[in-house]
Amino acid sequence: MRLGVLFSGGKDSTYALMKAMRKEDVSCLISIFSENKESYMFHTPNIEVTNLQAQSIGLPQVKKATAGEKEGELADLKGAITEAVEDYGIEGVVSGAIESVYQAKRLQVICDELGLWCFNPLWKKDQPELLNEILGLNFKVIISGVSAYPFDETWLGREIDENMVRELITLRDKHGISPSGEGGEIETCVLDAPIFKKRVEVVEYEKYFSGNSGIFAIKKARLAGK
Amino acid sequence: MILVVDMNYREDSLCHEEFVLPVVAIVKPNDSLKIMHYDRVKSASLEGYSGIILCGTALKDNRFSEHISEFKWLEECETPVLGICAGMQAIGLAFGSKLAPCTEIGMIEVETTIENSLFTRRFSAYALHNNAIKKPEHFEVLAKSDKCIQAIKHHEKEIYGVLFHPEVRNHQVIERFISETRKNQPQQ
Repeated sequence: MRLGVLFSGGKDSTYALMKAMRKEDVSCLISIFSENKESYMFHTPNIEVTNLQAQSIGLPQVKKATAGEKEGELADLKGAITEAVEDYGIEGVVSGAIESVYQAKRLQVICDELGLWCFNPLWKKDQPELLNEILGLNFKVIISGVSAYPFDETWLGREIDENMVRELITLRDKHGISPSGEGGEIETCVLDAPIFKKRVEVVEYEKYFSGNSGIFAIKKARLAGK
Repeated sequence: MILVVDMNYREDSLCHEEFVLPVVAIVKPNDSLKIMHYDRVKSASLEGYSGIILCGTALKDNRFSEHISEFKWLEECETPVLGICAGMQAIGLAFGSKLAPCTEIGMIEVETTIENSLFTRRFSAYALHNNAIKKPEHFEVLAKSDKCIQAIKHHEKEIYGVLFHPEVRNHQVIERFISETRKNQPQQ
């Protein structure tokens, strides 16, 4: 089955993509560039890095910008998926949704309206287990955004490792945050994964932090040998 | 031991992790289990299981309904069964009923019509289906939404079907089903 994968460049969509590539024929990536930092549907920081990631994976990318307003971004998502159907003949869409009924419902409705299959291979997955799995697979993932107490600027740009997974579990137990950040508490950027032919090297970055939120903005990056 | 039946379009499909593993995660702390794809389940292979759970499928996946002869074992089955979404549809079809178009996606309100062991009163549940099932003969309706039948039970046997997905927001339905299966096991 020819599939398009919703791809933000974060750990969940990259892992969902990897699972889809093992089982079906992935034809393209679909990336939405939201101009709203508090997008309801889409992971936002460093979405531009997806160009390099797509190049490294070797898949074409359908890109669409959205103003990121609540229902408008769903119309933009539907438009991007429609474009992937027309250009790449996809029969289904894959997402990295884990827990959010809000995200899952909206994508299911769009796929249903377009007559497409909808796959969510990380759905309901135990989040610490997910983090440990990607570490076991040698994913290199950094924290590219935080937006909830008690995360502070020291988290920005940190690479996820076993110690961090333990810290995230402690924060879940103490503050109720989602360890995989699906509630938007943390955003991630994948610099290397088994499906990458080259790794992404960050050349220049800046950190912005204010209140309880901040981003690790990758200003310049390139592909480098693994 | 609980038999968890994969109802997806093929064994080891991309849907396995979405529709089978969340059920497995709820069963695991409560009982031992084995996973089997529906096309490998035959009545002869059901010995030794205290309960059987038929999982759901993707919205587009109705392959199981084209192979309903694969579910004929249900008619003779004496083991408690819980069918979830596609699993409930397969139970209905195996007992001679028909599918009824009904789309519900997302959280819905479910009203219990007959008090039972698995759920009670009015509750919210996650739905993902384009078809419901007409009430099969020899079954009673345990719950409804404002659009369609949400749960059924065989008059005599411990065969349940729920159209909503308890593995998403109503884990206790699966846990209570497992408790029910223990009642049928010989005391040690």
